[in-house]
Amino acid sequence: MSVVTIALMTVREVSRRRLVLALGVLSGAAIALTGWGFSRLPGLHDRGVPLSPADVTLISSQLLIFVLFMFSAVLGLGAVMVAAQSVSAEVESGQALAVLARPIERFQVILGKWLGLGSLIVVYAAVATSVEFVVVHWATGYLPPNPAAAAAFVAAEGLVLLTLTLGLSVRLSGITAGVIALMLFFITWIAGVAGAVGTVLHNGPIEATGTISRMLLPSDGLWRGAIYNLEPATVVAAASGSREAAANPFTSLSAPTGAYLAWALLWVAAVVALTIVAFRRREL
Amino acid sequence: MPVPSDEVGVAPRGPVAAGGDAVPAIHAVDLTKRYGHIEALAGLSMSVPRGEIFGFLGPNGAGKTTAVKLLLGLTTPTAGDAWLLGEPIGRAQARRRVGYLPELFRYPAWLSPVEVLQFHCRLIGVPGSERGAEIDSALTIVGLRERGRDRVGTFSKGMQQRLGLAVAMLGAPEIVFLDEPTSALDPVGRHDVREIIRDLRGRGTAVFLNSHLLSEVEQVCDRLAVVDRGRVIASGTLDEILSGGSGVRLRVTGLTGLPTLLARWGEVVSDGEWISMRGVADDDVPDIVADLVARGGRVHAVEPQRQSLEDRFLEVLRAADDGAAA
Repeated sequence: MSVVTIALMTVREVSRRRLVLALGVLSGAAIALTGWGFSRLPGLHDRGVPLSPADVTLISSQLLIFVLFMFSAVLGLGAVMVAAQSVSAEVESGQALAVLARPIERFQVILGKWLGLGSLIVVYAAVATSVEFVVVHWATGYLPPNPAAAAAFVAAEGLVLLTLTLGLSVRLSGITAGVIALMLFFITWIAGVAGAVGTVLHNGPIEATGTISRMLLPSDGLWRGAIYNLEPATVVAAASGSREAAANPFTSLSAPTGAYLAWALLWVAAVVALTIVAFRRREL
Repeated sequence: MPVPSDEVGVAPRGPVAAGGDAVPAIHAVDLTKRYGHIEALAGLSMSVPRGEIFGFLGPNGAGKTTAVKLLLGLTTPTAGDAWLLGEPIGRAQARRRVGYLPELFRYPAWLSPVEVLQFHCRLIGVPGSERGAEIDSALTIVGLRERGRDRVGTFSKGMQQRLGLAVAMLGAPEIVFLDEPTSALDPVGRHDVREIIRDLRGRGTAVFLNSHLLSEVEQVCDRLAVVDRGRVIASGTLDEILSGGSGVRLRVTGLTGLPTLLARWGEVVSDGEWISMRGVADDDVPDIVADLVARGGRVHAVEPQRQSLEDRFLEVLRAADDGAAA
C-alpha cells in the first residue's frame, strides 16, 4: 500500500511541475510537424520522376527511426532529470525525514519512486510512438514491421536510464547523479557505434568495446532493439551486404537475443536491489 | 543537585515488552552514535513515560537531533539499544504511533497543506472515511484551516512550521518528537505551540521536545535533560535541575570575617554589605541565620535566590567544560 502511495505522489509531483503538460504539448507539436513532413514524401520527385512506393517506404522507415531516436532521447533525458531529483531533493529538503519517520520501509520508497516514474515512461513511450506510427501511416501508408516491439524497446531504454539515475540519486546530489547518468548514457551510445565499426572492420578489441558497454549499461543495446523493429526486412537485407550500412548508428542488423533481454531484466533488478541497499544504509 | 549522569529517569538495563500503558514511550540503553572520530551521542540511557513532556536541552551541535534521528530509525546507532512504545527502533512497526516535526524541512511547494496531510494519512494508514475530519482538526489546531487549499510554496517559514506540526499530530500519535518546533515562529506562534504541546499531554501523548530555547522548555516540560557534546550532563524535573543552583542573599552587620564563617554552608560569591551565596540547600537557611545571630550578628535581610534556567544551564555547561578540560 505504501509503495502505491509513494508511486501516486511521484506521478502527482511530475504532473504538478507541468512536466507532463510540457512533454505532451511539445511531443504533439513534434508529431504534427513530422506528420506534415511525411505527408509530403509521396508527392516528391527524384530528377522529375515521382518517388516509387518502395522509395517512399525506404525513406519513411529511415526518417521514422530518426524521429523515434528523438523520442527515445527525450524520454531518456527526461527520465534522468526527474529521477536525479527524486530521492536526493527529498533528502536535501528534509522532506524524507518526515516520510521515513512513518511506518514505512526504505525499500517501499524506492519501489514506489521507480513504479511511479516507470509508469510515466511506459505511458509516454506508448502514446508518443503510437500516435507517431498512426500519423506516418496516414501520411505515407508505411507502418514499421513491429511497432509494438519498437515502442517496448524505447520504453525499456527509458526504464534502464531511470533505474541508473535513481540509484545514483540515493547517494549523490541531484545534479551530480544527473550529469553522471547522462555521461554514461552518451558514452555507451558512442561505444555502441564504435563496436559496430569494429564488427565491420573485424577488429576484436573495438567490437568488444561495444559489447561490454552494452552489458554494463543496456540502454544502447535496447535502443538497437528498437531500431531493428523499425526496419523493413528489405533494409536489413540490403544493409547486411554493405560495410558502410552495417556501421551506421541508425541501423541494426539483428534483434537483441533472448539472453541479452534476460540480462537487461536482471540488470534492472540488480540495480534496484543495490539502490535499496544503498538507501537503507544512508544516514539521514 | 540534579542527577549528573548519562541516565535519565528510570532506565532499566534491558528491553521492555510492547503494549500497555506501563511501557514507556521511549526507552534507551547506552545509545551511541559515532561519525568517524566524532562522538555525536555518547551512551544515552533514558526512559520517558507516556503522557509526559520531556525537554532535551542543549547548545547547537550537542547531539539533540542525532538522538531523535536514532530513535526514529533515520540513523543507525553505533552501539546501544532503544525502544519506542515497546518496539525496537529501526522497525517500521515502532513508528506506527509516532509523530515527528524535523528541525529543517521544506514541504513540496507544488502541494497544498491538505494534500500533504492526505499523503501522510495514507502512510500512517488512517482510513479514508476518517481522513477529512483528521485533516480538518489538525489544520484548525495549528491555525491553517483557511489556507488548507493554498500552495505550500506561498507559505512563510512559520506557516510551514505550523504545517509540520499538523503533520506530526496526525493519526492520534502516542509520542510526538518536536525538533526546535518554534524556531521560525513569532511570539504568538510560540504561545500557540506551547498550548498545542500541553494539549497533546492532556490527551496522554508523550512529547519529546528538542530545543535550545530555555524559556520554552521551562514553561512546558515535566522533566528535562541537558545534553552537551553527546553526553547528558544533567537531568531531572525542573525543580531538581534548578535546586542545585539555588542560593541566598544576606545583609548582616556586627560580624567580621563573614565569608569565612559562611563558607561551610555554600559558595560565597560576593562580599560587601550584601553577601550572595550559591549552592545553599533550602533547609540550611534557618540554620545559617541562627548561627549568625548566635555569633552576635544582626541579620537585616535574607532573600532566597532562585537561579533562572538560563543561568543554571550555563553553569552546568561550564562545569561540564571544566570537567572535560581536567
